[in-house]
Amino acid sequence: MFKRSEQDKRPPVQIFVDGVAVAARQGDTVSAALLASGRDVRRSTAVSGAPRLPYCMMGVCFDCLVTIDGVGNRQGCLVPVAEGMQIEIQKGKREIGK
Amino acid sequence: MTKTVDAIVVGGGIHGCSTALHLCLAGLKPVLIEKDYAGRHASGVNAGGVRQLARNIPEIPLSIRSMVIWEKITELVDDDCSFESHGQVLVAENEDELAVCRARVAELNALGFTHEELIDAAELRRLVPAVADTCPGGVVSRRDGAANPAQTTTAFRRKAEQLGATVREGVAATNIRQSDGLWHVDVASESFAAPVLVNAAGAWAGKIAAALGEPVPVETVAPMLMITSRVPHFIDPVVILRGRKLSFKQFKNGTVLIGGGHLATPYQDRNETVLDWKRLAVSARTVFELFPVMRSATIVRAWAGIEAKMKDDLPVFGASSRHKGLYHQFGFSLHGFQLGPGAGAVMAELIVNGGTRTRVSDLGIDRFHPSTL
Amino acid sequence: MTTTPSRENYDFVVIGAGPAGLAAAATSAEAGLSTLLLDENIGPGGQVFRAIASTPVTAREQLGTDYWVGADLVQALRAGNTEVVQRATVWSLDRNLEIGVSIGGGSSFVKARRVILATGALERPFPIPGWTLPGVMTAGAAQTMLKSSALVPDGRTVIAGQGPLLWLLAAQILRLGGRIDRILDTTERGNYFAALPHAFAFLTSPYFAKGLALMREVRAKVQVVSGVAELAAVGDGQLASVSYVAGGKRETIPADLLLLHQGVVPNVNLAMAAGVEHRWNELQLCWSPVLDASGNSSIEGIAIAGDGAGIGGATAAVVRGRIAARAAVEALAPVAAAKLPPLATLRAELAKAERGRAFLDTLFRPSPQFRIPSGDTIVCRCEEVTAKDILDAVAIGATGPNQLKAYRRTGMGPCQGRLCGLTVTELMAQARAKSPQEIGYYRLRAPVKPITLAELAAVPKSEDDVKAVVRG
Repeated sequence: MFKRSEQDKRPPVQIFVDGVAVAARQGDTVSAALLASGRDVRRSTAVSGAPRLPYCMMGVCFDCLVTIDGVGNRQGCLVPVAEGMQIEIQKGKREIGK
Repeated sequence: MTKTVDAIVVGGGIHGCSTALHLCLAGLKPVLIEKDYAGRHASGVNAGGVRQLARNIPEIPLSIRSMVIWEKITELVDDDCSFESHGQVLVAENEDELAVCRARVAELNALGFTHEELIDAAELRRLVPAVADTCPGGVVSRRDGAANPAQTTTAFRRKAEQLGATVREGVAATNIRQSDGLWHVDVASESFAAPVLVNAAGAWAGKIAAALGEPVPVETVAPMLMITSRVPHFIDPVVILRGRKLSFKQFKNGTVLIGGGHLATPYQDRNETVLDWKRLAVSARTVFELFPVMRSATIVRAWAGIEAKMKDDLPVFGASSRHKGLYHQFGFSLHGFQLGPGAGAVMAELIVNGGTRTRVSDLGIDRFHPSTL
Repeated sequence: MTTTPSRENYDFVVIGAGPAGLAAAATSAEAGLSTLLLDENIGPGGQVFRAIASTPVTAREQLGTDYWVGADLVQALRAGNTEVVQRATVWSLDRNLEIGVSIGGGSSFVKARRVILATGALERPFPIPGWTLPGVMTAGAAQTMLKSSALVPDGRTVIAGQGPLLWLLAAQILRLGGRIDRILDTTERGNYFAALPHAFAFLTSPYFAKGLALMREVRAKVQVVSGVAELAAVGDGQLASVSYVAGGKRETIPADLLLLHQGVVPNVNLAMAAGVEHRWNELQLCWSPVLDASGNSSIEGIAIAGDGAGIGGATAAVVRGRIAARAAVEALAPVAAAKLPPLATLRAELAKAERGRAFLDTLFRPSPQFRIPSGDTIVCRCEEVTAKDILDAVAIGATGPNQLKAYRRTGMGPCQGRLCGLTVTELMAQARAKSPQEIGYYRLRAPVKPITLAELAAVPKSEDDVKAVVRG
């Protein structure tokens, strides 16, 4: 869906998406890194289980909700990637306390 | 031109709407006047607890009467009001609190009330598996539950209107006066007159009572609530605490409502409240300790509804001690929602029959003013 | 790096580091007042200057000269003593000017003598059938990825809607080597006539020449369909095609990505939750705060600048930021205010910056069918409530957005109505034959962004917490 411009010379950052290593770049938000990964990163909603991807990328739509390092319902579009970050795609009602 | 009706009900909360509905059922044609819209304040935004548990003894008969109506609420208003009955549990956090619970249940039993039941740690855990395992027991009222307050208040208003009540929303009742044996009220460009006036104006009712010569010790308060995003189902009954301010319940949609009576600052004239986050943090800490499973749930909104709280925490309910045809129904002091359906039924009996089989004599305004009627 | 604010009290707290916030904070710091700038994003710039301090796009001309204006603003801010905290999510503001802010997973409260809200705009909801499908995003979302990560569309891409941003984005995508298959222009033909009375001001504004050049640049490379009157995203769990009607003819084209845009509207959530009075703006079709000429709101001590004060664009936002800050400095430190540029100069600059706006507002006023959906089209994305659900609730007595909550959870999800509020107001207004002003808006409450229970539980205790724990 998206590709990186060749002029992007930022250093790489490795993150893990549902346990699989994914290459991101320093300064990417989690949502940008997910969309750039080419993987199926659709979450499913807590209401009906419908698949969603980020919609606004500016912190207002909450369709980028994702679990980051064990903390759920984070807005992936506002959080920068960090080396070794563990991302989980949320499926339905997430478990609380996890 | 003045329209003459059978009764004027001031206030479109659950109480005013319920009374209007029950007056219609008794064959009267009331007018219901609400300055905002039905359920705008406490009635529409409270925690929705349908609770007989832990009530002041003088209001228990009214609460029991109400519970019977709640259990057939759909038959009354053609709307299930999202009422669900999974019981309400009062949790004792230590042995001292459990001893208070034991004494309370014994006292109720001696008075002939059996709706509260002492439970031990095992039964508490069975009812509320997620509660911290240090809690030794508590009290359950098994028929209690919860409903959607805005849906309920709206349903009562709608049904009252269908049965012939005239409803005026968005306009205040002004110039309330008695002449020639009738109560007169101006509502924008209209005037209504009736032999009966019901003061069910919630946080605004104290002013009406005072203006009619019956001042009562009442203050305006705004209890705060907050709600979480949807989380998996983990609790059925509503939980309240013996020692600390907390009420806690999960809706069918997964959201969890956290309340308990910490207060915001009300700005009554502006229909506005300013939340006190330091107090909400106290509620959050209580949940944090009692329900570890909730720690990473997200809070999506907090709010407060404006309502009247009496000095003695008992409602003002019944006929005026000074004026014929005037009835008071306010001051429910943070626990009036469950009473709404029953209070409307009893109020209609008082108005139509001049009496009721439900014991409400301890709730009258004459506890502040000896009757001069 | 994120840090918590160093103090509990500030003369000035500015919320939002876009054009208005950057300018406002720089102004108050210049006047020597203690100034805190809180911003939710990773770096300063807001949306229009997003990633201005970090963009990997090194070929400057690809983003355009207007973008790099932001670098000067950031430099001016950094030259002063403003305390700047990025990744700071303000979740509460009240009439006591107490601010609840979440930084790095912890919340704290700061108190201000003056608050300037510069929370900007968000893209107007574009509720067409299928707009919740993966593969449908806003044009602004694509531009954010382009500016901050040099990411461009490379699948079959359709851009649909109207307004200046749409053409700028298209040009930027093409310059960075991205792919656009088709542009579907939804501008209503009648709007060209309606906008004519404002044409002179527009023709003599900077928008005109820039806009024309952008459209020419894009049209040379991409097929543009104008007069699009119906639009739907189609697919099963993922966007597969875009279906549209133009000139009475329906066409369906395969697509992997659909970028939607029909202008921007003020981001009102924090201001409304604070209790700031707003009114419906019938030209811009959105809620705008009621402000005086210096941006002061109905709440003493809270001013609003930038697009959050009503859409005016980036240049106007900068000037509005300076005006609001100057007025606030005047109130707190009149002597210091005398050293700042005179108000008359700033007002003249603002008039110049706002030139041409009425033309754009009129020309790009979105059509009813793209604002007020029907049937099974989702209105509330969070709670998945359709237009029909809302009309059904109206039929049984829901009179406004707040009463609607008794029947449907519209607006009660995490986005708190940002993506459905305008639609709900207009839909209910149409159904009840009332004006949007009469129908009203959701009563918004804090937290305007969700916080975890653990985070709230961890906020510092106040002195009398200890005594107030006995059940009443």
